[in-house]
Amino acid sequence: MTNVLLIIFTISLLYLGIAHRLLTYIKILVFQGLLLFGIAFIELIKIDALNLAFVLLETIVFKAFFIPLFLNYVMKKNRITRDAEPFLPNFVSLILITIIIIATFILSNAIADSRISKIYFVVAISTLFTGLYIIVTRHKIITHVMGYLVIENGVFILSIAVGNEMPMLVNLGILLDIFASVFLLGIFVNKIGDVLKDVDVEQLKNLKD
Amino acid sequence: MTGLYLAGAFSIGALLFFNRKRLINYLLVIAFLILQIGFTIYEYHHINTIELHYFSADALGILLLVTLSIISIPAMYHSYVFMSKSDDNPRHRGIYFAAMVVLLTAISGAYLANHIAVTWIFIELTTLSSSALIYHRRNNRSLEGTWKYVFVCAISITLVFIGILFLSFTLQQAGTDDLSFAVLIKKAPELNLFWLRLAFIFIFTGLTAKLGLVPMYTAGIDAKDKAPSPAGALLSSVLMNMGFVGIFRFYTVIANSPIHNWANHVILIAALLSIFVATVYMTKVKNIKRMFAYSSIEHMGIVMLGLVAGGIGYYAAILHIILHAFVKSSLFFQMGQIYRIYKSKSIYDAGNYFKYNLTGSIVVLLGFFSATAMPPSGLFISEFLIFRSLFEANYLSVLIIVMLLLTIIIWAFGKNIFKLLFSPAVDFKEDDIEKINPVESISQFILLGLVVYLGLNPPAEFVTLIQEAIKNLPL
Repeated sequence: MTNVLLIIFTISLLYLGIAHRLLTYIKILVFQGLLLFGIAFIELIKIDALNLAFVLLETIVFKAFFIPLFLNYVMKKNRITRDAEPFLPNFVSLILITIIIIATFILSNAIADSRISKIYFVVAISTLFTGLYIIVTRHKIITHVMGYLVIENGVFILSIAVGNEMPMLVNLGILLDIFASVFLLGIFVNKIGDVLKDVDVEQLKNLKD
Repeated sequence: MTGLYLAGAFSIGALLFFNRKRLINYLLVIAFLILQIGFTIYEYHHINTIELHYFSADALGILLLVTLSIISIPAMYHSYVFMSKSDDNPRHRGIYFAAMVVLLTAISGAYLANHIAVTWIFIELTTLSSSALIYHRRNNRSLEGTWKYVFVCAISITLVFIGILFLSFTLQQAGTDDLSFAVLIKKAPELNLFWLRLAFIFIFTGLTAKLGLVPMYTAGIDAKDKAPSPAGALLSSVLMNMGFVGIFRFYTVIANSPIHNWANHVILIAALLSIFVATVYMTKVKNIKRMFAYSSIEHMGIVMLGLVAGGIGYYAAILHIILHAFVKSSLFFQMGQIYRIYKSKSIYDAGNYFKYNLTGSIVVLLGFFSATAMPPSGLFISEFLIFRSLFEANYLSVLIIVMLLLTIIIWAFGKNIFKLLFSPAVDFKEDDIEKINPVESISQFILLGLVVYLGLNPPAEFVTLIQEAIKNLPL
């Protein structure tokens, strides 16, 4: 069952590559949050109840509800236009993300470790690099934040892989997630919206040599 | 004592954040400094005792903690000067000092943590507190600097976390789930090489954001440029040392495993590229503060070369990082005075500094000699030892390239510094320049003097501590 969820998660990455509108991005993030909830629930059912409740609460409330709501609010407040404005055409994005996934498959062949299932590794690493790819190739600051959230999802999957043995690491990952997202979104996008009228990376190119 | 210190320092930070009264703010800052110094002295006398499970003051931690305490006093003093000269907003002042206190505490915590995940938590805290410092001026440019810093640091901290996860994969195989450095060093020879390689790549890349090496150095440059100069002094000295602590502790683990040579090559590439990037930017940079920041990148590259070369290079690397912290912080403290006179950081607007601020220009001149590692400076000793170790380790081609690049750096650095000191500035109105009190330069003289003293005549205690710090590395 987890394998199915993980594969659906990977497909959502491909969809992310061809999505046009920011609203679609937010919907994909909600969907990914729900998938992570399912994966965490099935995998971590053996850890103690309090920890499990914390993990599940984080995925369902924070990842799938609070963050998307907040992104939506930020978009409305700063009147960000709905287009994602990629630098590259969507077709190229699709091919590149496919290449990322295939490359992690090939890399995973090097794992000589029966205790870690390869699928976690493949999905997590391809999510990580897809997130980086989205940060690099999109125009708006808010898409940078979304790319970062995708990276966080990848980290979460990776931490579930060791979740049963080291629940502390899952909690640390959640700490990072909450800290960084609240910090990036809550303080910054608001400030940037107040100071800069048009939220575009072009506005942030003054500091250079 | 560590628990007491952390609780005390964080509550002082919280009080500073909520308090708007000037007098109470300064009293709290003084209380923090006393706490910091007392804690340092306590830890110095309780070396290698484990506190709260996750903290132990080993030799490297003690050395850098003492460095931090020494730098924190002038940093607070210059912040006081900075605050009294700029238009005073009680709220901004409170946030500034609170961020400063939290930053220093988090760095101290990261120095002393003996567990890789705890180190990671404190590194995360430093991102938070330094971003408040960078944003202090609250204009477009500082917002841009802060945003870039926070974003790059958030990504690099995530990379470090992924590295820790990979490390935990291989640790399970070795039959333990303890991520403390002592266990890691003991288990290092039996870890799975695939995971260990991945872990090293990710942790190293992530920590370069704090240390200031290629690939993640960019954010640090903007941060040091935009932060007020006392904060910039902390960012380019003790915060970089924190990145070094993280990399050094993990490198010690790697050095005891079969991939030591491979890791050396990775570090060598990053170090050479850093020195190269620093050279390129030093020749074209026009902003004095950014020039100092690029000079830090160059020095970190040299430190990493010392680690790669091994032998006497290990000793020299730690000596270099400590001395560099003193030199660079004093240059940044001096930068505050330069800015107050010229109201600009550009080299085109500055000039004839000797005429306007005699003591300050002597500091700049001495700082220039120290930073470029000219003989009386202690950095000369450490750089010389690093070059010697490179020579002994048969990295001759690397040595030649580095020396050529350093020559260009010294030329570029000197060109700008001598323009600042001697050539008259164009269109500069001398009427209403501020008279700088020479007292403000005393701390810089002390720091630069310390560099000469520690380099040329290191006390026996100091040498023992450095040797203790590198005892886990193979010769």
